Amino acid sequence: MIKKERVRIQTKRKIAKDTIEMVLENKYISSIAIPGQFIHIYVDGHTLRRPISIANVDQDANTLTILFKQLGSGTEQLACSPEGTILDVLGPSGNGFQMDTGNSTILLIGGGIGVPPLYYLGKSLIEKGMKIISILGFQSSEYVFYEREFQELGENLIVTNDGSYGEKGFVTDVVHTIDHIDCYYSCGPIQMLQAVTQSLPTTRGYISLEERMGCGVGACFACVVPSKKESGYRKICKDGPVFNAEEVKL
Amino acid sequence: MDLSVEMPGLHLKNPIMPASGCFGFGREYSQFYDLSLLGAVIMKAATREERYGNPTPRVAETHAGMLNAIGLQNPGVENVITNEVPFLAKYNTSIIANIAGSTLEEYEFVARAFNDSPNVDALELNISCPNVKEGGIQFGTDPAMAARVTEVVKRASNLPVYVKLSPNISDIVSMAKAVESAGADGLSMINTLTGMQIHLPTGKPLLANSTGGLSGQAIKPIAIRMIYEVKQKVNIPIIGMGGISTAEDVLEFLLAGASAVAVGTANFQNPFICAELIEALPSTLNKYGFNSLQDTIGKGIAI
Ligand SMILES: Cc1cc2nc3c(=O)[nH]c(=O)nc-3n(C[C@H](O)[C@H](O)[C@H](O)COP(=O)(O)OP(=O)(O)OC[C@H]3O[C@@H](n4cnc5c(N)ncnc54)[C@H](O)[C@@H]3O)c2cc1C
Ligand SMILES: Cc1cc2nc3c(=O)[nH]c(=O)nc-3n(C[C@H](O)[C@H](O)[C@H](O)COP(=O)(O)O)c2cc1C
Repeated sequence: MIKKERVRIQTKRKIAKDTIEMVLENKYISSIAIPGQFIHIYVDGHTLRRPISIANVDQDANTLTILFKQLGSGTEQLACSPEGTILDVLGPSGNGFQMDTGNSTILLIGGGIGVPPLYYLGKSLIEKGMKIISILGFQSSEYVFYEREFQELGENLIVTNDGSYGEKGFVTDVVHTIDHIDCYYSCGPIQMLQAVTQSLPTTRGYISLEERMGCGVGACFACVVPSKKESGYRKICKDGPVFNAEEVKL
Repeated sequence: MDLSVEMPGLHLKNPIMPASGCFGFGREYSQFYDLSLLGAVIMKAATREERYGNPTPRVAETHAGMLNAIGLQNPGVENVITNEVPFLAKYNTSIIANIAGSTLEEYEFVARAFNDSPNVDALELNISCPNVKEGGIQFGTDPAMAARVTEVVKRASNLPVYVKLSPNISDIVSMAKAVESAGADGLSMINTLTGMQIHLPTGKPLLANSTGGLSGQAIKPIAIRMIYEVKQKVNIPIIGMGGISTAEDVLEFLLAGASAVAVGTANFQNPFICAELIEALPSTLNKYGFNSLQDTIGKGIAI
């Protein structure tokens, strides 16, 4: 259940260009959040809350980690909040990834700031005994983050648009080099998700979507995505942000 | 303190209600607090058939507000009556149905449909919709058309009708008088102001619909001014809205002439806002020397 919680910024660290990692302390959210869910953060002086994925959880320490890119005025201001600041947050929000069972081989495909939710997912899947392969795409070397963390989960490939680190190109340029996977999970820019779903048409897949949100709880119909199965739309904040790749039209 | 208000069809225990489109049909917010606390709930707009709304992005943030172009997405009036009204009816609160349409016939159909819904206490007639048969001019920007749709809905419905005025006009008083003469039982004001934002990275309007409705704190002074002007010229009660986020804001609306208020955008910032306003209102009224809600209504109007 979504609650309005006070979370304390425990640590803050710059992990790549314009990219901040924050460890937040909150017992309620850290005790129930599942991979793929997000928190909706109030930023002083801004009408709309900012949705940010839960990138990791440490239940013993009562903490959750978020990774975000400084983009506009809201995330800029958030990035300037000192350690110890109390944030007003709604969460955990959304439905999270439906996790595979059995001894599957799982491919995680992340693009830029879509990478964060895949880390918590990967960690949780490892605990369930699955094999993880990850492909992470970034603009250039200065934006790369969490490479070591993903390497600890399993085989990891980094691609950059300009080739300044890892392979040059897009994540979809290297997808075919992976032999066999049972299921994929992907999060990133919409163009990347379109390319990913097209290049893995017969593989079971789950994608996490971004859209500008209003209420973030499913009441205002701002963040919707056309549905493939039934007519009409699904709500990203409530029915998603994670959807079966078959379920929605990108 | 007595916060109750009597208006046509509405016996409200307090003057606070969530605004249409900002609270869905109440389900999502019922996880935060008991909806029985609310004076009333104004439901999301209902149209004859299900509507899918506009493409995304549908919202943009602005200074002290936001733009929205949801496009009246709703499951259609029959669905609202069978699936949504019964949920709200479990709570001890009044229910106001917001109705919309593209033609007079559609408004009439939707208004009539609610006659069969015993738990709905009043209609809020959203006239900020384009009239497709009249070249897409909004019903709410032409007094004659607004009066016409009010008459049609009044005739079709057995419920009190609160006409929700659009602020996108130069003479709000003429509009208010036109719908009062056409039989409106009350007014609801204001709806959003038309606006636009250009997205610098693309150089194009940010909203897929290009234009959207501005709501939130930025529009409060406009709402206050319009209610103040209208209150002096009409005899029907007003539900005021536009940028309310504190109990002081509520008092300002009451003093300007509103009998009750609706809270929209502020729910997005703080899902508990309506409950918190109800709790804070008595001490705020006291602070400014009022002993009841009734004492405040229209008291700000200089004679
Ligand atoms: C479910 C979900 C999870 C997300 N997880 C992360 C994450 O883990 N890390 C991260 O860096 N970013 C994430 N994002 C994107 C993040 O929400 C935006 O980058 C952020 O809201 C931008 O705010 P701003 O103040 O920097 O930009 P501004 O341009 O000032 O924002 C203006 C408005 O547009 C909205 N907005 C702008 N860009 C986006 C976007 N891409 N998606 C959604 N809303 C947007 C803002 O929320 C705000 O309402 C996520 C988005 C969603 C929907
Ligand atoms: C996302 C959103 C959706 C809305 N949908 C409707 C609607 O369906 N019908 C309607 O009459 N008004 C609708 N409105 C207008 C509000 O009910 C209200 O009149 C307006 O937002 C001003 O109040 P506020 O500043 O407190 O939000 C909507 C507003 C927003 C922000």
